[in-house]
Amino acid sequence: MTGFLTLLYKELLRFWKVGFQTILAPMVSTLLYLLIFLHVLEAHVEVYPGVAYTVFLVPGLVMMAVIQNAFANASSSMIQSKISGNIVFILLSPLSYRAIFFAYILASIVRGLLVGLGVYLVTLVFFDIPLQLPFWALLFVILGSAILGALGLIAGIWADKFDQLAAFQNFIIMPLSFLSGVFYTIHSLPIAWQYLSHLNPFFYMIDGFRYGFFGVSDISPYISLLIVAICLLAISLLAIRMLKAGYKLRY
Amino acid sequence: MLPAIEVKQVCKHFGNLRALTDIDLEIHAGEFFALLGPNGAGKTTLISIIAGLTLANKGSVHVMGHDVRTQYQQARRNLGVVPQELVFDPFFTVREVLLIQSGYYGIKENSRWVDEIIERLDLSDKANANMRALSGGMKRRVLVAQALVHKPPVIILDEPTAGVDVELRQTLWDFIKQLNQDGHTIVLTTHYLEEAETLCHRVAMLKEGKIVALDSTQNLIGKMIAGKSVRLRLVPDKLPPTLQSLQISHHDGIAELRIENYAQVEFILSSLRVADIQILEMHLQQPDLEDVFVSIMRKSGSQSK
Repeated sequence: MTGFLTLLYKELLRFWKVGFQTILAPMVSTLLYLLIFLHVLEAHVEVYPGVAYTVFLVPGLVMMAVIQNAFANASSSMIQSKISGNIVFILLSPLSYRAIFFAYILASIVRGLLVGLGVYLVTLVFFDIPLQLPFWALLFVILGSAILGALGLIAGIWADKFDQLAAFQNFIIMPLSFLSGVFYTIHSLPIAWQYLSHLNPFFYMIDGFRYGFFGVSDISPYISLLIVAICLLAISLLAIRMLKAGYKLRY
Repeated sequence: MLPAIEVKQVCKHFGNLRALTDIDLEIHAGEFFALLGPNGAGKTTLISIIAGLTLANKGSVHVMGHDVRTQYQQARRNLGVVPQELVFDPFFTVREVLLIQSGYYGIKENSRWVDEIIERLDLSDKANANMRALSGGMKRRVLVAQALVHKPPVIILDEPTAGVDVELRQTLWDFIKQLNQDGHTIVLTTHYLEEAETLCHRVAMLKEGKIVALDSTQNLIGKMIAGKSVRLRLVPDKLPPTLQSLQISHHDGIAELRIENYAQVEFILSSLRVADIQILEMHLQQPDLEDVFVSIMRKSGSQSK
């Protein structure tokens, strides 16, 4: 247990020491999104009855910030350690592959939650955002950041160079998060896009998270929960297998 | 007694490149052992397999009786490795790095021992400096310290003195010698053969992924037939006929005579005395590990061709 806790502490300390870049900067850019959308779309129709567009937008943006930062944390920590070579200190130690997995994932969850919470608290100053079912919101934000942490770990292990990681981030994570219903409800989309959106696991994270705020969602939160849980399990198993086999870590 | 490291029939290839072929090696507990060989001979690959950083294609490795694959946690607890590359984590200070490394080995409270290694490796001034701010030599010391946080019985150092200045080299060897006297098994690789010769009890020489020599340092040197000689500056500068068959070379006023053993020196001296030749200078030349290394590498090279 000490080994796991130490690695977790190290991973937390790693991003905390550069908190300006890892917490404050993403908060600012998320709030900029909000500011711009607020300006352009203020007159937009209500998405759900009684829910103004800006209020609808906030949970989506919070979740997007959580997703992107959870991914960034595990992936950049892993690839930096690999490229600078200091991953050797973890590989030489008796840390089990499970301990390594959980430490990286938990640190990603914490960073995701910190950024998300920061964004949420700032928006509270300007808007009245309900949080009707906090348990649901918390459940989805934790599961979502865990999935992205695990994906980040996989990407960090897989990528040999920074541009491969950037490709993973720009061509997979970004489109999936932007097209998951952060800025809109999928019911406003043409039918074909609605179907495609259902294939995007990020959609369920955001929809479920939003349910925690408004008590309304595009699809049943139980279905979202099931799908998100299955995704987490599958991605975690893949990441654990990679660590156990030493894929791209132990040659 | 249980060997500190036991390598059995280990093979490793990277694609078509055979990095190691059928390596068998037993390093006894308490030994000071050197792994020598030219660049690319497979030394670092072998060390990486022992440390679990590289996975062998065939064969088994045990550290203090624990299989490095199936009992990796126990094996790694018994092993400290100083990597060849100067790697470091730029986010932390020296002290943080050492305490974090202790934690990886399951040690919760290690301040006393960490302070002691900081002191003994002369890192006290830099204990709270960020790793980025350290010179190469200092980083090397931190690497050594990191390998020692869990007091491992077996310590492997991969070229610990590469690119290190003379003073640090001395401090480092004194420290490592002390560790060996305290009972730690030491395995090192180095290109400075005189270091291996003065420090190590036993030596394995690797070439192209195979062990081409494995013996005590003394035996290896003792077995060198060619190599012992006496160099003399004489007045008059002429050898008596009895000694001429021994002569290897004679220039710049220095005659070099081959000897098979040191008893022959007595014969040379008496021959000179009888011939009334005076000795101005005399040097005994004996083979060192470097001669052994060169001769073995040359020999095994011609065999493999």
